[in-house]
Amino acid sequence: MEMNPFSLVISIVKIVAVLAWLYGLLRVMGHASKWVKIAGIIAAFGIIQLAISLPLGGGFTILNDFDTGLLFQACTMAMVALGLNLIYGFNGQFSLGQWGFYGLGAYAAADITFRWTRGDASGLLVAGLGVILVGLVILGLNRYLQRYRSLPVLSAFTLFLIGTVIAATVALVIGAPLGRMLSPLFGTSNSPGLLSSDLVLQVVFVLAVLIAGVFAAEVSFLFGLPVLSLGSDYFGIATLGFTIVVNTLMVNTDTILPFPEMKGGRGMVGIPQLTTWFWAFVFLILVLVVMRNLIHSSTGRAIMAVREDETAAKAMGIDVASHKLLSFVIGSLFAGIGGGVYAHYIGFLSPGTFDFITGFNPLIIIVFGGLGSMTGTLVATFGWIFFLEGLLRVVLGYLGPEAPTWRFVLYPITLLLVMLLRPQGLLGKVEWGFLHPPAAKQRKPEPPAIQPGPVEATPVAR
Amino acid sequence: MTTTITATDVAHQAETVPALEIRKLVKFFGGLRAVNDFDLVVKQGELAGLIGPNGAGKTTVFNMISGLYVPSGGRILLGGEDIEGLEPHEITQLGVGRTFQNIRLFQNLSVLDNVRIAYHAHAGYNLLDATVRARRFTIQERELTERAQDFLAIFKLERVQDELARNLPYGEQRRVEIARALASNPRLLLLDEPAAGMNPAEIVTLMDLVHFVRERFNLTILLIEHQMRFVMGICERISVMDFGEVIARGTPTEIQDNPRVVEAYLGKGAVRVE
Amino acid sequence: MQQANPSQPTRVIARHPGAHLAWIGKGFLLLLAVLAIIVLVRSFFDNPQLFIQIVISGLQLGFVYALIALGYTMVYGIVRLINFAHGDVFMVGAFVSYFAVSYFNLHLWPTVVFPGIPVGVAVVIGSITVILLSMIVCAMMAAVIERVAYRPLRTAPRITALITAIGVSFFLEYFGALNFVFTARFIPYQRPFSVVTWYIKDGIHLVVAGQAAPIGSITFSNIAIIIMVASILMQVALQFLVRRTKTGKAMRATAFDKQTAQLMGINADQVISITFAIGAALAGMGGVLYAIAYPSINTLMGILPGLKAFVAAVLGGIGSIPGAFVGALIMGQAESLTAGYISTPMRDAIAFSILIIVLLVRPTGIFGEPEGEKA
Repeated sequence: MEMNPFSLVISIVKIVAVLAWLYGLLRVMGHASKWVKIAGIIAAFGIIQLAISLPLGGGFTILNDFDTGLLFQACTMAMVALGLNLIYGFNGQFSLGQWGFYGLGAYAAADITFRWTRGDASGLLVAGLGVILVGLVILGLNRYLQRYRSLPVLSAFTLFLIGTVIAATVALVIGAPLGRMLSPLFGTSNSPGLLSSDLVLQVVFVLAVLIAGVFAAEVSFLFGLPVLSLGSDYFGIATLGFTIVVNTLMVNTDTILPFPEMKGGRGMVGIPQLTTWFWAFVFLILVLVVMRNLIHSSTGRAIMAVREDETAAKAMGIDVASHKLLSFVIGSLFAGIGGGVYAHYIGFLSPGTFDFITGFNPLIIIVFGGLGSMTGTLVATFGWIFFLEGLLRVVLGYLGPEAPTWRFVLYPITLLLVMLLRPQGLLGKVEWGFLHPPAAKQRKPEPPAIQPGPVEATPVAR
Repeated sequence: MTTTITATDVAHQAETVPALEIRKLVKFFGGLRAVNDFDLVVKQGELAGLIGPNGAGKTTVFNMISGLYVPSGGRILLGGEDIEGLEPHEITQLGVGRTFQNIRLFQNLSVLDNVRIAYHAHAGYNLLDATVRARRFTIQERELTERAQDFLAIFKLERVQDELARNLPYGEQRRVEIARALASNPRLLLLDEPAAGMNPAEIVTLMDLVHFVRERFNLTILLIEHQMRFVMGICERISVMDFGEVIARGTPTEIQDNPRVVEAYLGKGAVRVE
Repeated sequence: MQQANPSQPTRVIARHPGAHLAWIGKGFLLLLAVLAIIVLVRSFFDNPQLFIQIVISGLQLGFVYALIALGYTMVYGIVRLINFAHGDVFMVGAFVSYFAVSYFNLHLWPTVVFPGIPVGVAVVIGSITVILLSMIVCAMMAAVIERVAYRPLRTAPRITALITAIGVSFFLEYFGALNFVFTARFIPYQRPFSVVTWYIKDGIHLVVAGQAAPIGSITFSNIAIIIMVASILMQVALQFLVRRTKTGKAMRATAFDKQTAQLMGINADQVISITFAIGAALAGMGGVLYAIAYPSINTLMGILPGLKAFVAAVLGGIGSIPGAFVGALIMGQAESLTAGYISTPMRDAIAFSILIIVLLVRPTGIFGEPEGEKA
């Protein structure tokens, strides 16, 4: 990229434009009329799509490949960061494990489509069947264990673990041969069969991303069940340990784990790049809507109550342990989906991307944007990616080969400054547009059923 | 022994079943015996008090009733049903409401949200409804909000419904905490030092509020308090604790004349309060 | 207004006592432990020399981790902060000694100042000087970090301090990676004294440089012995400090109840700074010894040992000094056994799997005490 004042200005304009687009999207999604909402969402999608694909002559588009890459990175990071904000910003649980679930989702989704494009349906079948069966086991066992009072967490965990292993084995036993049976339907490279068509591939892609998300969610359930009861310091360290263990497993996918196509430390290549702006946008909106609907509901209030004061929440009839688990699972679901979308954008995966140091990025982003603010997370994510990864990288490129290291020096300094000077983050608890909680109108006071006595005379002290 | 208990079991007991009965309750913290052989019976509709010097074990008893601590021994019966070992949120759902010594409001949530949380167990919609914004969600959420607002109006708090809890003055926070505890529709209300930090005028107001609450919501109330004017003026029966044990029981008059109590707690030269 | 909502079913609460199902969880763990023991015993009988060799290398690691873990546990005990930057202090210790030896030849000063001094004595004094210098620099650095980054946040929520510690850690690692400071590359480390290895087979023999030790023998080196001795000495010295001196008493009092300690006239700020300094000095020493044992340094070298030492502190009971020591030895063995019998990459995963298991089974650690919660 040319480093001259003109391109510098253009870069800044792009950042501002993206943030303005974000604001517009959120405002229009918060509009009362359903038609305005739909039209607005389509328009928001369309604007960016045009910017990506509309040729301006001379082979240029408004957003070039580099910018589009940033856009995809921002969308996937936003999903991860929103998930982390749910776990930490809204529920108060300090988790360093989000990156591990991101990685799990990425590898899982990648493997499914990788195998599919090579005529092997077993990935999709085993994984799909697996997450469904494990999900059923978890839900069923959960209901069954409700009838026990004071069941030790460790015992519950053991039961879930055994159930999961059984369900996964069943899925493997059924799915693998089923996959083999389906292989003729793929045809050959000369005469592709039904299952090799683009349309089917798109369906598989969507399924793969969703399966990856649910897979991450199920792992987070098993992991979170025993670990969430530990209290915040230990929980943070345990999740850090989780990310490191996952990272180590990634390096060993072809040695200890039976996934030779993932090629361990060398990284997995050949993932079909099926992520388009359409899918990135769709999944981002999906995550955003689910999260916002969750937060603006009774469960959302309960989740925040757990953050505020666990003891008082218990006294108000809230099952603190299961709400912590719920936030953790949903947050991991988002991370897994983000991972799936990421893998299909970039086309290859390397364990180095998922080391725990990079895993601090989503944490820095949500703290910077404002814990407990979904808008803050979005703004901080897009700002972070476009500004730091985009603009600053170019600027610092001038500093020579040391530039990447300088980035890592600036990140923590920025973080420290934010912690010391504005701990509530850029946006604090502010929300834009549809992310803003609905205001409860003042009620006209009804005449009370029983006349309260002397309380009438209570002065409302201020 | 039945396999399940419901809130209705607890609520619709015969008149003779005490609202709360505690038998030989014991609590050890490591080697320290914080509560020893504690007995208590609170009749339905009664306004009972639990007093004693600091460290006597009163809040520990409260914590065991509300499930935050597991008793080392003894039984706690709510409306005749055993509740030891239940999770705190389950005990709340069976009909126990509670306030805390240091006000434990949800500081960064609005007053309205603080009260709406009380309705979480009876929200009328589940997570899926909320996620897809089903009709059931929209209707129930609006009803829930209106119920919460009406509730706030009873306590003259409707004007501060959108205020963050931590921005309210102390006395108002107390009122919100009591309102919030009542919003979960309890049969038994536990008040832990509700009059802490109040001047005599505020205490009179609080006494009126407690009377009103007991009448309006048809409750049984058990409270811990150090302010003698408050306790003697409002409680029908008082139990006195010292070093984890009950040292005296009776009406306010009986308690004030009891030499053991005077010695342990009220100090020499205590003035009899009408 | 009696029922919250008359149309809703009343809440049903379960009554089956679940406590008697604890055997499921405990049985599972017992099974895992038995399996682990069986595997270990079999490995030993398969190849005793290899087993002992692995144990020795595990001890070497463990004693280094112990030096680092002590700092974690002391700091947590006194300010309830997990000092993520502690592992990087370890790194700084290694680098300080590297510069002292490679650029300033500090380890040779006795021969310069006292020309006639016997070589052995000179080497010992020189090396000890290098180690002391690293310890002092690390102690001072930690005191500064505490003053600048942690003290202002003492009243802030713990998470803020934790994130700040992470920030400090990053800063040390990457600032050091800048070319004008240290560099991002792996630097070959020049030892202040040479490492001598012996092997045990029909008696103890010296391993000649350039030749390998005979198969079936057990090797150990002088650095291994030095590490073990130094670590044990430091542990004893620390125990003495904490149990027998006034400063130690002040540290224990502040860790127990800072406010009351202050009311008793103890300068809590000073005590906290001293605690950080001592912990950092030990980690710095650990850094130097580690670099001598594994002579290749890099600004990111402190991350994994730091985390493993932290796990060790948790394993032993965070806040407990003997606990950190015991935990570190266990961690060293676990890592060594995994690297030897399973695979080298897995050894890091094992460390954190141990952490997770400890947190599941006994979160307070081996020597820890459970903390109660008051309403």
